[in-house]
Amino acid sequence: MNASNTRESVLGSIRGSLRVTGDDAARVDAVRKRLKAPSPNLVPERANVRGEESIALLTEMLEGQSAHVSRAKTLDEIPKLVANYLRKNNLPAEFRTGSDGLLADIPWGKATSLTHHLGRGQGDDAVAVSRARTAAAETGTLFLTSGPENPTTLNFLPDTHIVVIQAKDILGSYEDGWNAIRKIYGKRPLPRAVNLISGPSRTADIEQIIVMGAHGPRRLHVIIAG
Amino acid sequence: MKPVSHAFKDNAKQALADEPLRRALGGIKHGFVANRAKARAKLPEFERLRDEARAVKEHTLAHLDLYLEAYEKKVTETGGHVHWAATAADARAAILQICQAAGAKTVTKGKSMVGEEIAINEHLEAAGITPVETDLGEYLIQLRHEPPSHIIAPAIHLNKGQVEADFRREHTDLPDNRVLEEPAQLVAEARAVLRKQFLAADVGITGANLLIAETGTSVIVTNEGNGDLTQCLPRIHVVITSIEKMVPTLEDANTILRVLARSATGQECSTYTTFSTGPKRDGDPDGPDEYHVVVLDNGRSEMLGGQFHDMLRCIRCGACMNHCPVYGAIGGHAYGWVYPGPMGAVLTPSLIGIDEAGNLPNASTFCGRCEAVCPMRIPLPKMMRHWREREYEKGNTPAFYKLSLKAWAYAAKNPRLYQTLTGLLIPLLARFGSKGRFRSLPLASGWTRYRDLPAPQGKTFQQLWRAKEMRS
Ligand code: SF4
Repeated sequence: MNASNTRESVLGSIRGSLRVTGDDAARVDAVRKRLKAPSPNLVPERANVRGEESIALLTEMLEGQSAHVSRAKTLDEIPKLVANYLRKNNLPAEFRTGSDGLLADIPWGKATSLTHHLGRGQGDDAVAVSRARTAAAETGTLFLTSGPENPTTLNFLPDTHIVVIQAKDILGSYEDGWNAIRKIYGKRPLPRAVNLISGPSRTADIEQIIVMGAHGPRRLHVIIAG
Repeated sequence: MKPVSHAFKDNAKQALADEPLRRALGGIKHGFVANRAKARAKLPEFERLRDEARAVKEHTLAHLDLYLEAYEKKVTETGGHVHWAATAADARAAILQICQAAGAKTVTKGKSMVGEEIAINEHLEAAGITPVETDLGEYLIQLRHEPPSHIIAPAIHLNKGQVEADFRREHTDLPDNRVLEEPAQLVAEARAVLRKQFLAADVGITGANLLIAETGTSVIVTNEGNGDLTQCLPRIHVVITSIEKMVPTLEDANTILRVLARSATGQECSTYTTFSTGPKRDGDPDGPDEYHVVVLDNGRSEMLGGQFHDMLRCIRCGACMNHCPVYGAIGGHAYGWVYPGPMGAVLTPSLIGIDEAGNLPNASTFCGRCEAVCPMRIPLPKMMRHWREREYEKGNTPAFYKLSLKAWAYAAKNPRLYQTLTGLLIPLLARFGSKGRFRSLPLASGWTRYRDLPAPQGKTFQQLWRAKEMRS
């Protein structure tokens, strides 16, 4: 069978089993409506938080999932926070970021010990810093988007991942998070990857014992700015 | 893999005698089962979310042809390719063609049950391409040439001693005197070995937990991050998936995700949930140049609207097997193919035929726990009964069962005989057992070898009923 025949045979078999046709106006309409104006299903009450409440819930959830969380009142405080965190964990004082504007605005020179590299992730990177575009407090979930600003490889290759998020970008539910992403991308398609990250990498594949750092970062440090 | 489901009874017998296996399975209760209960208790809306998740999938299945078309359009718009596969052979051919066109030598793989279903690894190997499983559990069983024994914890049957032995045998370039006693040491070694593979691979193959029609997106859910390294490093990303993974919108995906991890591992959510849409964009410094989705049917479209329709709602969380007393006793390999436990007992005969898998629907005590925990409210026991009825009609039921059933039916239809027999049997049986339990029982050694059977106590139901009637 050639490719288009296969396509038709699968669709035909679905229609045959459902006893429907592909041009039934009511069905076509139902699908068009649902796709055109997506509407939320049940959202847990827990996600109904705003402002400081959502920051508190995000922090609690992330810490419950073995991430570290700290707060910086301004961007100026971040270099020292990062330098201290790296020192405390015996990590080299260098890190890599993409071209993200917010990260570029951080006065990294304030912590003179730090070396800042730019670009996509490399196989032996020790530390990367990325920016999350939004977050859903309900399960402590950060939304990161691919692109030159925050290359996806920085989320997964380094041993230690530091994620900066602005306090105002922390929202309650997944729905809130996706609406924020939709607003950023407008009519454009979603970025190649949207990574929802809720802690450091882990596995329980050997005797159901949890071990951190299976393939992705062993440590996730989240800095809330503002 | 070639199914060995027809040998279910022998497989199960062997599994029951396998002490290390039984110890490994014993851990499920304190792990997955206890954690699911905790996660459920922490989310008051959990039961209602299950209803919503079911409704999302039912709506999708009723319009599946249209959502698949809408999805395909979006994938194409964002620069990806959809390959339709009616059969496992179609899917294998499509994937091999993509790999060969890329001149691929090694392929990294994220965990995919559909990949297991179509036996893609063997197919690639036969064509001289090396597939490397990167999910730790999948890697462990690949080293042993074994199929997965659980849909979310494929190596749940292994202990660390076995893993150590496999690593020493396979990772021969590492020093002999290295210490590999603790899971953390084993994980670190696998991480280092697989990191090289991730960076060298030409093609990355992942599965998909969901496909989203609104955006043309495939979604994977992992804790390790292996699926992400599999898709963001090689030049080509292939998604191998099946038609029923579809949901309409991001909102619908949220609903499914809210019940998936909680039902599976008892986590509030998995560590990584990744939404992939098309290949890399202009200016992207990483990500694949090509994005292909192979969408498999393999018998699923025929299940729509029929007796096994509900099974298409399955999101492969594994809760039904975690809570199944039969799975808990024999593990996944005894089921003889890719999908074990209650979901496998229903799905496997649909996919590979009742002649091969006819024994599986018998692997049930009908305790109903699988249905009680299934986030998609799939009536698994009812469907296992459908298979049994079909098998009975086809005349595949062993003669001994038929005879026993006939004898029971005869007695049951003659109330006086039934009452006399049970009235006689119960005191007799009660005397047989000690402290209310049987350690062994003639004709039932198949049961009592591995567990005690409670001895019937006191009177029959009818005797009690009559006594009650007389009192009132
Ligand atoms: S049948 Fe239900 S419980 Fe079992 S794997 Fe599928 S969704 Fe999960």
